[in-house]
Amino acid sequence: MNLLFFQIAVAVYVFAAVGYIVFIVKPELKWPAVAALWGALCGFVFHLAYFAFRWSESGRVPITSFFEAANFLGMGMMSVFLVMEFRFKIPALGAFMLPLVIVLMAPALVLSGDIQELNPVLKSGWLGVHTSLAALGDSAFAFAFIVSIMYLIQERQLKAKRRGALFHRLPSLDIMDTLGYRALTLGWPLFTLGMITGSIWANSAWGTYWSWDPKETWSLITWVVYLVLLHLRTIGWRGRKMALLTIFGFSFVLISFYVVSRVHIGKHLF
Amino acid sequence: MGIVVVGLSHKTAPVDVREKLSFPEAVVPDALKALMGYEGIKESLILSTCNRVELYTCVQESKKGVEQIKKFISDYHSLSPESLEQALYVHPDAQGVRHLFRVASSLDSMIVGEPQILGQLKDAFDIALTAKTTGAVLNKLLKKSISVAKRVRTETKIAESAVSISFAAVELAKKIFGNLEDKTVMLLGAGEMAELAARHLLKNGVKSVLVANRTFERAVELAEEFNGSAVRFEDFPSEMVMADILICSTGAQTCVVRHDVVHKALKDRRNKPIFMIDISVPRNIDPEVNKIDNVFLYDIDDLQGVVNTNIEGRAREAEKAEELIMQEVETYLQWERSLDAVPTIVELREKVEDIRRRELDKTLCQLNGITEDQRKAVEVLASAIVNKIMHAPIVVLKQAASGRDSNDLLAFGRKLFNLDKELKRPHLHEKGIGPSLKEEKK
Repeated sequence: MNLLFFQIAVAVYVFAAVGYIVFIVKPELKWPAVAALWGALCGFVFHLAYFAFRWSESGRVPITSFFEAANFLGMGMMSVFLVMEFRFKIPALGAFMLPLVIVLMAPALVLSGDIQELNPVLKSGWLGVHTSLAALGDSAFAFAFIVSIMYLIQERQLKAKRRGALFHRLPSLDIMDTLGYRALTLGWPLFTLGMITGSIWANSAWGTYWSWDPKETWSLITWVVYLVLLHLRTIGWRGRKMALLTIFGFSFVLISFYVVSRVHIGKHLF
Repeated sequence: MGIVVVGLSHKTAPVDVREKLSFPEAVVPDALKALMGYEGIKESLILSTCNRVELYTCVQESKKGVEQIKKFISDYHSLSPESLEQALYVHPDAQGVRHLFRVASSLDSMIVGEPQILGQLKDAFDIALTAKTTGAVLNKLLKKSISVAKRVRTETKIAESAVSISFAAVELAKKIFGNLEDKTVMLLGAGEMAELAARHLLKNGVKSVLVANRTFERAVELAEEFNGSAVRFEDFPSEMVMADILICSTGAQTCVVRHDVVHKALKDRRNKPIFMIDISVPRNIDPEVNKIDNVFLYDIDDLQGVVNTNIEGRAREAEKAEELIMQEVETYLQWERSLDAVPTIVELREKVEDIRRRELDKTLCQLNGITEDQRKAVEVLASAIVNKIMHAPIVVLKQAASGRDSNDLLAFGRKLFNLDKELKRPHLHEKGIGPSLKEEKK
């Protein structure tokens, strides 16, 4: 029954994504963007409802399995997207962001959504704090990734003096560059806090702050990559190079989430 | 009654003919009044711009109306009627409606999609309204044309993209910087084109202007005009740090802005993007600088390319607009046709009302000594019966009138209710009832 809410949310996201894509390829139509925004909002409400149900059913923050993590990542990305959409009114964002949300949540669709028993050792207030901070950090990185892709498309069109269908729909280079940077400055502290709270939790569960399990190691690499990115930005890297780096950085997040987590050798469940 | 448009435009007449027939704004009210003096001209409006002179009229009868309008033009401008014949076009009825909608939507303009014509049309309408030479038909038609033009603008992209070099520059600047408010534009050389582009940028939010020119006095002069500051020409490489937008038109025969200069400027700017516009021929900016990240170089051909694609785009949008206008002409004609039903409906109502009143009087006279309440009840009864019976025929007439084959039904209805007084009935009191079209429309 609860899973139904999850499926409805994803279905509505698909509808919204289609709306946004129609909007950017058929610029004379204005209603698809409006319909898509409503769709995204409705989907998000279902998504929240599902999260709340699952929380009350399992009696803990539902971010403890890969399924739940993918679900929460999708929710985090949607909240970042909706905030940005209302703040900056760039409907073209949706055409890129929603497909990514759907793709990243897709593994959750085929996995068992059953609530799994949690090792009592892990039960702690830090569980929710660590996982949600890490996932929100990842959401911000995902947003930076999307904005960078849009930046590169627009930059290509401006440089080559060939203006495709997207030219009028994509916002200015300046705003995409700024948004990408802001997303990094938001994502990196969240990610850092996620790592700190994670190690505090690890200490309370296993008595050690850091144990070099694959996920921890990879996260540290990711953390360093984004730190370097931010440093380069502050010394004046921007535009195309920065966009490429941001895309490069996100590949570490993806690998961490979808590859490293699936190797069940460390202590991390996902 | 019909609409007739007589006029000429840049498509049919060269400027020397257009200027001979033009009506300067100050004389339009008098010209309108003079035109109304001609036979069969019911309503009129004059649209006179540098690209067109057109007389929009509502006339008693199309053919005669056209003759009278032509006569007015030749009288007013003291030209022989023969000399007019070739230059003038005539669009009667539906054609005229379509023509006006096309003009208002800027499909008939020299540069399709340029919006000035709508403003000019509104002004012409205001003048005619003040001169009281328009009536129900033209008022409705003009209002409709304005709403059609707005629909065309919102539903097609006809006016969206820039079709001049300087507007193209603004459009590109906005795609790079978004907001231009805190941006600085630097003019290198003071060519006319560069000046125009700078003016457009200023109009779109740019606040700060730097001018560098080989003759410093000219730079100062131009800087003053833009409320900016002048820069010595030799200093431009270092001053380029400030420039977000660089417009170059020095007229030099060689490259003025070299690759290394731009490279250094960008470094000093910490890679903040520069939009460089080279409007000089031969080119003054090294084309290679476009390869530097965060530098966007457009030369005159690139800008022209943008303009050309935009013009092609407008042509495609114009086709959509034409379709939209066809629909709108049809809805307007429906409204016009429905006017035909108005006199019939008015006559029908008056006739029935007449019967009701007289029959009521008669009955009330016979019913002596009834109370006030009873009297009211009888009156209500009579009104209710009349209204209920008349409801359906009137609705049917109104609906049919907006369709194409309304005439048969109208004729049938008139016959059925004997509105044309063919059947003489001695007790039916004859009464002259004229169609009161104007009252109905209020």
